[in-house]
Amino acid sequence: MLSIKDLHAEVDGKTILKGLSLEINAGEVHAIMGPNGSGKSTLGHVLSGRPGYEITGGSVEFMGKDIFEMETEERAHLGLFLAFQYPVEIPGVSNMEFLKAAVDAVRESRDEEAFDTVSFMRKAREACTAVDLDQAFLKRGVNEGFSGGEKKRNELMQMMLLEPKLCILDETDSGLDIDALQVVANGVNTMRAEDRAFLLVTHYQRLLDYIKPDFVHVLADGRIVKSGDKTLALELEEKGYGWLEDEVA
Amino acid sequence: MSQEQIDKAIAKDYAAGFTTDIESDTLPPGLTEDTIRFISAKKNEPEWLLEWRLEAFRVWLEMEVPEWAHVHYPEINFQEISYYSQPKSMEDRPQSLDEIDPELLATYEKLGIPLHEQEVLAGVAVDVVFDSVSVATTFREKLAEAGVLFCSISEAVHAYPDLVRKYLGSVVPRKDNFYAALNSAVFSDGSFVYIPKGVRCPMELSTYFRINEANTGQFERTLIVADEGSHVSYLEGCTAPMRDENQLHAAVVELVAMDDAEIKYSTVQNWYPGDAEGKGGIYNFVTKRGLAHTNAKISWTQVETGSAVTWKYPSCILRGDNSVGEFYSVALTNNMQQADTGTKMIHLGKNTRSTIISKGISAGKSSNAYRGLVRVGPAAKGARNYTQCDSLLIGDKCAAHTFPYIESKNPTGIVEHEATTSKVSDDQLYLCQQRGLDPEKAVSMIVNGFCKEVFKELPMEFAVEAGKLLEVSLEGSVG
Repeated sequence: MLSIKDLHAEVDGKTILKGLSLEINAGEVHAIMGPNGSGKSTLGHVLSGRPGYEITGGSVEFMGKDIFEMETEERAHLGLFLAFQYPVEIPGVSNMEFLKAAVDAVRESRDEEAFDTVSFMRKAREACTAVDLDQAFLKRGVNEGFSGGEKKRNELMQMMLLEPKLCILDETDSGLDIDALQVVANGVNTMRAEDRAFLLVTHYQRLLDYIKPDFVHVLADGRIVKSGDKTLALELEEKGYGWLEDEVA
Repeated sequence: MSQEQIDKAIAKDYAAGFTTDIESDTLPPGLTEDTIRFISAKKNEPEWLLEWRLEAFRVWLEMEVPEWAHVHYPEINFQEISYYSQPKSMEDRPQSLDEIDPELLATYEKLGIPLHEQEVLAGVAVDVVFDSVSVATTFREKLAEAGVLFCSISEAVHAYPDLVRKYLGSVVPRKDNFYAALNSAVFSDGSFVYIPKGVRCPMELSTYFRINEANTGQFERTLIVADEGSHVSYLEGCTAPMRDENQLHAAVVELVAMDDAEIKYSTVQNWYPGDAEGKGGIYNFVTKRGLAHTNAKISWTQVETGSAVTWKYPSCILRGDNSVGEFYSVALTNNMQQADTGTKMIHLGKNTRSTIISKGISAGKSSNAYRGLVRVGPAAKGARNYTQCDSLLIGDKCAAHTFPYIESKNPTGIVEHEATTSKVSDDQLYLCQQRGLDPEKAVSMIVNGFCKEVFKELPMEFAVEAGKLLEVSLEGSVG
């Protein structure tokens, strides 16, 4: 589904990714861990096409297509979703309106018919309940005045409604209390499917107690320095990242 | 003989060759007392109105072009404008939509305007007996039943001379300002509305108007009088871009709300804004003002997206105790457009209240200014004003300005002013794109969200159209 080969990227003239390679197949859950500044969040933004993130080498294929040939929204149409670490507010645009526009745009790109308003509202309410947000949030401005945890749950709700192929969660667990963390994990677990993959970017092993990954990768200095299964995450928790950096050096 | 001299000679001959033919349907450019006599004669106006126009003209001659607004445009030569022309005859008009600029048609298409309305708007020679006439007749009957008078101002001069004579110029005096004086001297036509005591106008005075508005001309004059305890909602303009060959528009609108009456006046203005380089486009210099008596309410709602230069301050004089004034505005400028718009709330009576919500959006290389005056008179005990003035910038080549003026002469008055300036941020756009929206759709959604407080004041059908209009007007603003 996603094939990253020797990816180099810079932000504001500073090289962040230095030859990152990663293969993700449908149905898999990958976790990427690593110390601050290792390039974890950069990877998500490079994949989704954030302006200012410049690709200087390597290639990325998503669903068999070269994603660097595509605009941000075209990648989204193809099924790439990024749950933001810091979602921005869009005052005055109601969540419902935003969700409907997004889902309509994605469906239109696939030549699928738009949902009628009534059935869409029903779906949205269900998603709202699934992420444990009050229905009132659908009427509020996008992220407007939401707490950190509410914003993260709102991201998850968008993910559920957009039904993407590849879900990238950028430190969705950071700043969440244990209850909210469980809500997020439940959401992800119910969405796990044979034709869908997840890339979890996280600092902490804690999230992986709730979402069992198939692979764990350690990112350091813009490269994946070690890959393994769930046990690697536990090992990291125990020893920190220092031992790996020593090992690499 | 040098080339220069030849040119001069030719020009001279040409000028001398002009004759004023009283029987003709169009006046040559120029403005003198004779021009005004001609217009008045053409309309078969009573003597008092001719005198009224002439007095305005004499005042106008002494006045100077106002230059305080934050707009720049080449000086206008008022002697180069033709002040009277009959609507084009059927033969002279385009015979079908095939002859109309495809770009204009594409815009109509985007706005979802029905085909027969497109024809009217584009000035196509359509058989006037199209289905709207029967609709219009039904309207007229319904209005007549309620006792509402609604006709063109030219008609009203003959049919209701007492009302017109009493109220014309009562809110916007002839010498109020340069363009109001000019309008008073040469006004072409416009609307007249009278709502009798205690009557609630049975319909929005809009649909009828949308179809019949074409060719009202460049110097429009509107007078609305709501008698005691009556209620009317009036909608002017149209979301469709209007074709017009006259570059200068100077309209005057006067509203009179008697005791306990309520007037809601909504405007959607989308005159031709000129091309991306700022060529062409309408100059829109408008004077709109309402007078509110005891317990009366006047509410202005405007969505301004058109014109090259806009200069417009719909105002309320809150003369009666407990009267209420409201101003809700969305002004959008793109490319090279310039707008200097806002309102004046003049609190004279006790416990008068006013609300101002202004949303300015600048894109392209445009300039957008809010200019507002809140004045609390010495007798306006307990007057209250709340002003919220928000600007949104799209891109980094446009400008937004705010010029609030507050004058309070009564210590019990409370005047609040809040202002914000924000930018459509790259992060907002990125979030929208990541969710699958293209940048233009994203900007239009963000801008619509920004304007929500104003749109909800518009009559329902127009709120939706206004949203679409912003989307079309913003095209090309995201690079």
